[in-house]
Amino acid sequence: MEQMSQMQITEKLAILADAAKYDASCASSGTAKRSSNKAGGIGSTEGMGICHAYAPDGRCISLLKILLTNSCIFDCHYCINRKSSNVRRASFTAKEVVDLTLNFYKRNYIEGLFLSSGIIKSSNYTMEQIVEVARSLREDHDFRGYIHLKTIPDADPELLEVAGKHADRLSINVELPTRDGLNRLAPEKSEERIEGAMGGLKISILDNKDARRKYKSAPTFAPAGQSTQMIVGADGANDSAIVMRANGLYDRFKLRRVYYSAFSPIPDASAVLPLSRPPLMREHRLYQSDWLMRFYGFAPQEVVDAADGDGMLPLDIDPKLAWALKHRGQFPVDVNRAPKAMLLRVPGLGTKAVDAIVRTRRWRSLRLDDIGRLTVSVKKLRPFLIAEDWHPGGLLDRDNLRPLVAPSVEQLELFA
Amino acid sequence: MITARLAAEDDFDGWRDHCRGLLRLGARAEDIVWQVGEHVDDLFANASVPPPGATAIGVPPDFATLARSVICHSDPQRFSLLYALLADLKAGRRRMEDAADPLLRHLHCMAKHVRRDIHKMRAFVRFRRVEEEDGEHYIAWFEPEHHIVRHNSAFFVRRFAGMRWSILTPQISVHWDRDRLHEGPPARKEDAPTEDAVEEQWRTYYGSIFNPARLKVKAMLKEMPRKYWHNMPETALVPELIQSARNREIAMIETELFPSAPDTLTSLRADAVRCRRCPLYGPATQIVFGEGPENARLMFVGEQPGDQEDLAGKPFVGPAGQLFDAALAKAEIDRSQAYVTNAVKHFKFKPMGKRRIHERPNVGEINHCRWWLKREIELVKPELIVALGATAIRSLTGKNLPVTANRGQMFESLEGVPVFLTVHPSFLLRLPDEATVKAEKRRFLADLQAVKARMKRWVSV
Repeated sequence: MEQMSQMQITEKLAILADAAKYDASCASSGTAKRSSNKAGGIGSTEGMGICHAYAPDGRCISLLKILLTNSCIFDCHYCINRKSSNVRRASFTAKEVVDLTLNFYKRNYIEGLFLSSGIIKSSNYTMEQIVEVARSLREDHDFRGYIHLKTIPDADPELLEVAGKHADRLSINVELPTRDGLNRLAPEKSEERIEGAMGGLKISILDNKDARRKYKSAPTFAPAGQSTQMIVGADGANDSAIVMRANGLYDRFKLRRVYYSAFSPIPDASAVLPLSRPPLMREHRLYQSDWLMRFYGFAPQEVVDAADGDGMLPLDIDPKLAWALKHRGQFPVDVNRAPKAMLLRVPGLGTKAVDAIVRTRRWRSLRLDDIGRLTVSVKKLRPFLIAEDWHPGGLLDRDNLRPLVAPSVEQLELFA
Repeated sequence: MITARLAAEDDFDGWRDHCRGLLRLGARAEDIVWQVGEHVDDLFANASVPPPGATAIGVPPDFATLARSVICHSDPQRFSLLYALLADLKAGRRRMEDAADPLLRHLHCMAKHVRRDIHKMRAFVRFRRVEEEDGEHYIAWFEPEHHIVRHNSAFFVRRFAGMRWSILTPQISVHWDRDRLHEGPPARKEDAPTEDAVEEQWRTYYGSIFNPARLKVKAMLKEMPRKYWHNMPETALVPELIQSARNREIAMIETELFPSAPDTLTSLRADAVRCRRCPLYGPATQIVFGEGPENARLMFVGEQPGDQEDLAGKPFVGPAGQLFDAALAKAEIDRSQAYVTNAVKHFKFKPMGKRRIHERPNVGEINHCRWWLKREIELVKPELIVALGATAIRSLTGKNLPVTANRGQMFESLEGVPVFLTVHPSFLLRLPDEATVKAEKRRFLADLQAVKARMKRWVSV
């Protein structure tokens, strides 16, 4: 009997993990510090999340990412679990998810749980089940690891309150970059309701931060904030539209992250979707543009400016290099004198290298050799900078600069 | 020579105490031999004895942070390199702020390796549960690259305080009894348990969460280098997952994309109009789908549409098509009774000025488009297919067959339909001189006549 129930769980796990793999986020970082030290129990979180394994798709496995059930009353075209799809269906009980999480956690396979679900019966019923898993882990088992709950936008606000009490992160997927795409591909979802729920979460998170500032003992509410996900390549939105949309979401809802998920062919897909391999390189460029805005001081309009005429970021070079090639007048940048903000614009100089340059140049002038030691390849960034013993001269004005500084084709194929 | 002894590989305090004395003596880095543990092989060297309660020496705080990490590195030179840096800092020859200084850069790099190893240990330790008399015990075997186990054990205490656990390594072993941490001698792999029933579930999870449409093996190897694999239960699956990925992805796209595969040529053609399997749809004017009766007994498969076909939306209407028509007429084959199509349905070209120069489709493009050709063959059900050129025969049979060596011979398509191979008519347009053109046109005609001869046998059936 024991043997049989084990087998059933493994079978369900195969189905419900398979159904969860189209969610990009696996982050387990940026939450409150906790440890199991004094009170017993298990689990800790220490700021930086840990990737416990990597799958051959190059993605990190940090959390047990599963669906409670892949049955769903919705019929979203891009989703493998939509009502009209004929995938095998399975459901976990709350206790089964709790046991799996603890068993995996105790063997150091994971940082915690990322639980999502198809909608069964009603939004509230589904959300209650999700919340029960988190409650049981926290209250019955004193579990202090990371919990990320996918939130159902139409569920009652009281349920979202309880979810936030137990979870480190809450997320609601906006799903598609355009309202038109959402109406066409997810007819039962509405942008108003999704954004309404995200707005509600934002207020709860901010209120809670405020309360925690006043009273240290106030219970936390989603200390790792909220995030969302957009599918790239399922509708017609170009990169400029996606970047502007993401920026609007960051601004309005104080999101920690906007995840991009290259639309991936799914078994038994709807016929209205594109028939190609997932646009991984495009997804990669969008993430790079996200970094430019978050860490390199680029305004969204400047990222859009790096796109080509059709609003798409170039695939063969990164958006920072694309921007630099379009704004050659702003270069070369003198590494010994330029403000930090300008150093951050030099293609090939990362934030760490820029910090090292700023620290070092207080004491002495940097030569090209020095820059070489601080970066991966000085060859590609030479045309854009001036050092003690280096000036690019006319290099920057050459018509064939792009091939000189673009990555070689073989390198490009790593991402293909 | 001065010998400085340290109690253990990661004995930072011992190293610091020696340095206090050595710096006061003015010792140079190259005059000091650093030894870990008890040795008796250097009787003639002077031993450095750390002065008891030596006064602290002022060092920049970021030096102490750096040194604490570097001490854990496995490189035997680390003690000496750190001492050299310390001496230079004291003498004002180097500054911690100089991030581009070669020695500092080197040491920062070593510290980074140590931090990475610490992080990877937290990630890749795998406990196995055993039932003992006094309850469950979680035991792991791990082989770190650097001397990090002692440093890292606090992390595992914070995380697994409520569990009894042991981490066994070739350097030392550490044991947590839910109250205190104990240190034991080096261990062997055999000391650890060999299995845990939950690993089967973990492997199932690992295999299921992987998306075969996103294969990125290099990205995986960068973060999970092979040196860690042998102690991780899930990595045994990796080769198989990689190998089957492409097939699983093709299966995802091809067999499922049209859950009810179009059952007439008309609906197939309507679906093909929005094909985006490969990027060729982008620059092309339109798709050029096959043409001919749905019950044709003879099918011709060419390479891909050319400039004029792309504009007209019909196959074989350009210069090569005209040659093809003329040869068919001479061989007395009625084109209107045959189904004529291409292996690749979009025009692939390189723009050159105002002209669009034909470019040969690659294997990826041929394979993507094979989905449509397969449906065409299944719906038309021809009795004979004539492959015109290398691309066609590659698509039909999945094999690279040199055309000149194999023309006039019979093969079988992947669907099991007989295939006759000859050249593509455009071959006749690229020949250097009139005499060769004449000879090749005759050979092409002869091939088509051989096809006609086969067709005559059908009638008698």
